[in-house]
Amino acid sequence: MEKKVIKVALAGNPNSGKSTIFNALTGGHAHVGNWPGVTVERKDGTFRYRDYEVIVTDLPGTYSLTAFSIDERIARDFILKEKPDVVVCVADATNLLRSLYLFVLLRELGANAILDLNMGDLIEGKIKVDIEGMEKALGAPVVITSGIKGTGINELKEEIVKAKDREVAPFRINYGDIEEAIRKLEDKLSGYSLPYDKRFLALKLLEGDPIFKEELRSLGYEEIVELAEKEALTFEQKFGYDLETAIIEKRYGYIDAIVRKYTQRIAPIEEKLSISDKIDKIVINKYLGIPIFALFMWITFELTFRIGGFFSDYIDSFFSGLGGILENYLTSINAPVPLISFIKDGIIGGLGSVIVFLPNILVLFLFLSFLEDVGYMARAAFVVDKAMYTIGLPGRSFIPMILGFGCNVPAIMSTRTIPEERDRILTILINPFMSCTARLPIYVLFTGIFFEKNQGLIILSLYALGIFVAIFSAKIFRTIIPSLKGPISPLIMELPPYRLPTLKGVWIHAWERSREFLKKAGTIIFLGVVLIWFLASVPFSSEYGSEESIIGRLGKIIAPLLGPAGFPYWQIAVALLFGILAKEVVIGTLGTLFGGEENLAKTLQNLFTPLSAYSFMIMSLLYMPCLATIGVIKRETNWKWALFSVFYSILVGWTISVLFYQIGRVFAK
Amino acid sequence: MMALSFVKEGQEVKVIAIRGGKGAVQRLAEMGILPGVRIKVISNSGGPIVIALGNSRIALGKGLASKIICA
Repeated sequence: MEKKVIKVALAGNPNSGKSTIFNALTGGHAHVGNWPGVTVERKDGTFRYRDYEVIVTDLPGTYSLTAFSIDERIARDFILKEKPDVVVCVADATNLLRSLYLFVLLRELGANAILDLNMGDLIEGKIKVDIEGMEKALGAPVVITSGIKGTGINELKEEIVKAKDREVAPFRINYGDIEEAIRKLEDKLSGYSLPYDKRFLALKLLEGDPIFKEELRSLGYEEIVELAEKEALTFEQKFGYDLETAIIEKRYGYIDAIVRKYTQRIAPIEEKLSISDKIDKIVINKYLGIPIFALFMWITFELTFRIGGFFSDYIDSFFSGLGGILENYLTSINAPVPLISFIKDGIIGGLGSVIVFLPNILVLFLFLSFLEDVGYMARAAFVVDKAMYTIGLPGRSFIPMILGFGCNVPAIMSTRTIPEERDRILTILINPFMSCTARLPIYVLFTGIFFEKNQGLIILSLYALGIFVAIFSAKIFRTIIPSLKGPISPLIMELPPYRLPTLKGVWIHAWERSREFLKKAGTIIFLGVVLIWFLASVPFSSEYGSEESIIGRLGKIIAPLLGPAGFPYWQIAVALLFGILAKEVVIGTLGTLFGGEENLAKTLQNLFTPLSAYSFMIMSLLYMPCLATIGVIKRETNWKWALFSVFYSILVGWTISVLFYQIGRVFAK
Repeated sequence: MMALSFVKEGQEVKVIAIRGGKGAVQRLAEMGILPGVRIKVISNSGGPIVIALGNSRIALGKGLASKIICA
């Protein structure tokens, strides 16, 4: 017998208990992956009911389907394009007004929707729901469940199976004053063949939906978009308030009427403080909030770089050991020199330079996933919001900035928690200016030689300069770049109740993110590594990275440009070029080019003054993100922003070190 | 009538109006904060505030809270 398959999508507000329903339906067996092209988690699971095989896809938690955020766009695209047989809208029964809003949007979208009033145990005996009446009014089945207690799940399964072959009842809200504009657009749309319901599309266009506008424009239907915009303007002039808000209010008006008619409060819902509220009394307290946050960050940081660094060292020695063994073996079988170099310096060295990041990233994400799953991350953003606001960034940008002091790669990956795309890109772009640990060896070496007395202070000043450049850049980007323009998005964020996450869950989250780093950024980094190897080796008659190699010649071309900054030496240029691989490499390269680590200090003393040494440290801090960082910026945004970041940082690095050196010279005289 | 940013901890109020730009009104409305809704202030110490809306807790920046008129 043929298996009958039902595809179900699970939609709902964040914290509506959607994942408990998912687990209750599927028994917790989920296939976890990513939505194509984006880094939002996708969960699929299955269950059998009667003769049916039901595939459940958990959509990202959203409040709306306006497609302004990645999550909303995913949810909407899934429903519109993959057309699941049934959409279950999981609603927080204690918050009916808001939950029904999403349900209404789903109905308008034309989805075969079931309303699942979840957390039913919390309203039991307090709110009475006229299920039948509500079903009739909404034209869709309504089920009461409690994902936590496991009640109502069988009814929900039953409704899913029944809904599969059900005719979707038409759904329309009377939009009153707006109906006229809707009708005009519907008339216009009837002249075109489009794969959407006309009324739905008309409504979306009047709401100013960017995705549909873009889609119509790309089809060459500019005139439809123009009509929609004209209608919106006419409406605003006529009634004195904007159309988008008017549409939302009408929807709520409709929902409010339904809630009033079909629910009845029989006892007040207890307004006592929950355990989460009590914890929050301390955690987000005006005075304690920031110290607690600082403590958590400090622990995260310390342990990440202690535990991660421990493994990184082993990985490092493993790869250099492996390189040595292979080199010996290849030499013994008389392999050609370029091949040996390619395997040892190119492939093994390159792979090593990528994988060496893995322990740090994995450990850091273990901590972050834990804090996220506990529910702390939202509180952290809350606590720093005020301070961040004054420097022109939302609270959510703070954690990535702090993490940047460790390593910019996971820091940039952690920007995913920022909902507003504009703020997220801004946070990514300024992150490379946060001085990561890889840059520290450069500071240590140069301050050790030139600023023996004030070593700590000088290093601190570089960190401060990085922060300053980051904040300053954020301000500039926000005023100059059109797509990043606009006010700082104000804080509106749900604080999820605290809960103890499972170790397995935390591990899965952390591993997913780390694996992605290996897979995606790894390929880009690896290509870069091979390219640098090539430049350093060709022509093969020359010494690796010497004056005669391509990279040496490039260094000679670049060296004069470094003159105004105080260090016009080709070796320095080559070291900076190698530093693009990873900033740790700068010192190693200088060591090789200046004849070994022991001569390095002496040579540097001859070539640099304290002034030009500081200028060089500024350059090392700012000049360019390393390959891994560039790869991750590309991964999290696109090539355009990755290239922008490269050119902007070269410009800023060069300008500031030249300014510093030149102004310093005037004062030194 | 007063702005939500002035409502004391533990007090329950009704939203009367929202005096914000288009975007803010929309975001708030989508989260269920709109005229007629009753909310309770859980935490307010001069910075961003936390309100209870049914079972959920929502954090709002101070600027935004000052645009929500309550009674």
